[in-house]
Amino acid sequence: MIALVDYGGNVGSVRKAIEYLGAAADVIRVQAADAAARLRRAEKIILPGQGHFGVMAHALAESGLKADLSDQLAAGTPFFGICLGLQVLYEGSDEAPGVAGLGLLRGPVKRLQPVPAPQRVWGPASGTKVPHVGWSQLEIRKPASRLLRGIPDGSFFYYCHSYYGPVTAETCAITEYGSPFAAAVERGHVWAVQFHPEKSGQAGLQVLMNFLNL
Amino acid sequence: MLAKRIIPCLDCRDGRVVKGVRFVELRDAGDPGELAEAYNREGADELVMLDISASREGRATLLDTVQRVARRLFIPLTVGGGLRTIDDAERLLGVGADKVAVNTAAVEKPELVRELAARFGSQAVVVAIDARRASPLEAPNWNLGSFESTPPLPSSRGRAEGVTAKVKQPSWEVVTYGGTRRTGLDAVDWARRVESLGAGEILLTSMDADGTQQGFDCELTRAVSTAVRIPVIASGGAGTPEHFAQVFLEGAADAALAASVFHFDQYSIRRLKEFLRRRGISVRL
Repeated sequence: MIALVDYGGNVGSVRKAIEYLGAAADVIRVQAADAAARLRRAEKIILPGQGHFGVMAHALAESGLKADLSDQLAAGTPFFGICLGLQVLYEGSDEAPGVAGLGLLRGPVKRLQPVPAPQRVWGPASGTKVPHVGWSQLEIRKPASRLLRGIPDGSFFYYCHSYYGPVTAETCAITEYGSPFAAAVERGHVWAVQFHPEKSGQAGLQVLMNFLNL
Repeated sequence: MLAKRIIPCLDCRDGRVVKGVRFVELRDAGDPGELAEAYNREGADELVMLDISASREGRATLLDTVQRVARRLFIPLTVGGGLRTIDDAERLLGVGADKVAVNTAAVEKPELVRELAARFGSQAVVVAIDARRASPLEAPNWNLGSFESTPPLPSSRGRAEGVTAKVKQPSWEVVTYGGTRRTGLDAVDWARRVESLGAGEILLTSMDADGTQQGFDCELTRAVSTAVRIPVIASGGAGTPEHFAQVFLEGAADAALAASVFHFDQYSIRRLKEFLRRRGISVRL
């Protein structure tokens, strides 16, 4: 069983994708009384997320699930974070100053900076707008990453975010949007992506499948 | 760089996909679930579903249709048509839509755009604008002063000014209820307004071009796209791959939407994208 941690965001589309790939998902609301027990039983854990860093970090902390999650990560249960689920692995975020993340990756999550289009010959896309919404290319830094098996360098993935994780030693792929940011990270049994694999067509399903097959 | 998006549109009526020329003369184009899956496979970047059911019964089938489409779709899905309230939006998002599109309801109650954005985030809110080119005779009743106006001043530069003053600025009026009702709103002004209210994206349909397959209205698309900082999806008039290249290069569109050319197998999305890439346009292949 794959635990799908629901902190109040919409996990429906991730669940749909996992089930489409033939796996069973246990959607665990963070407030659920038996959340910790179900998390401990999970083979693998997925933390999808869209929304506010502070809201997610608080929801995890207040429910007590943050400690359980950290325990599971320390115990080696494979973990996959999506979007905000990647950002929460960092120490903190400029989106919610003073609120601690899980602290597995160094540095604060930062806000994307819009780059104005100098001349709008090519339309708005010649600059970069915030939020970053749409299809951007992956630049693979660690081709050996098991999460990215079968994903050609330069593949497009679907993004929707205003904040980004800085590139660290754990970054296995980056995307350029104004500046380079961590698109996929890997540290031991912990993986995470900034893009939405559940909305990225065939390439996205491949990444999810890679995680399910680990 | 962000890829330019190609978006097939499913106009749905009573649970079936239909497509009309200038919003009338509907032809049946197939089962929404099957079409959606085929487009997903072919490399569509997103999918838009617009409900054009005339009856209450027809509209009631929409949620079921959306759910059926969303189940096997792994790209973003936008749903619109007849959406009037926050509750309508919540139901659509609940059955698998990623974004909702509002049109007539936004014109009648602009605050709805703000409320939708506050509740679901701007990324989930698309404002659909149907625009019709105003004829030069009836054009200048909004935006006083920005159209052909005063005669040239008798100065040393009078001659040059006289030339520019004769050039008529084109303008477009927002229409609602599937193009049957005029609003008196200028399309560019309305686009700026909905951006400030929190719209995440604009789906811009030229009512003059829609269904004709004679090409997008690039002038309209460019006017709106350069007036706002949110993405603009151009719609209406796609007939050939060249039309798509034009609307990206000349129209400054971020995405292009089409229905008939894809439903009736005139050419595949993959072939279209290969063509666009050869023209130097960034697309996801």
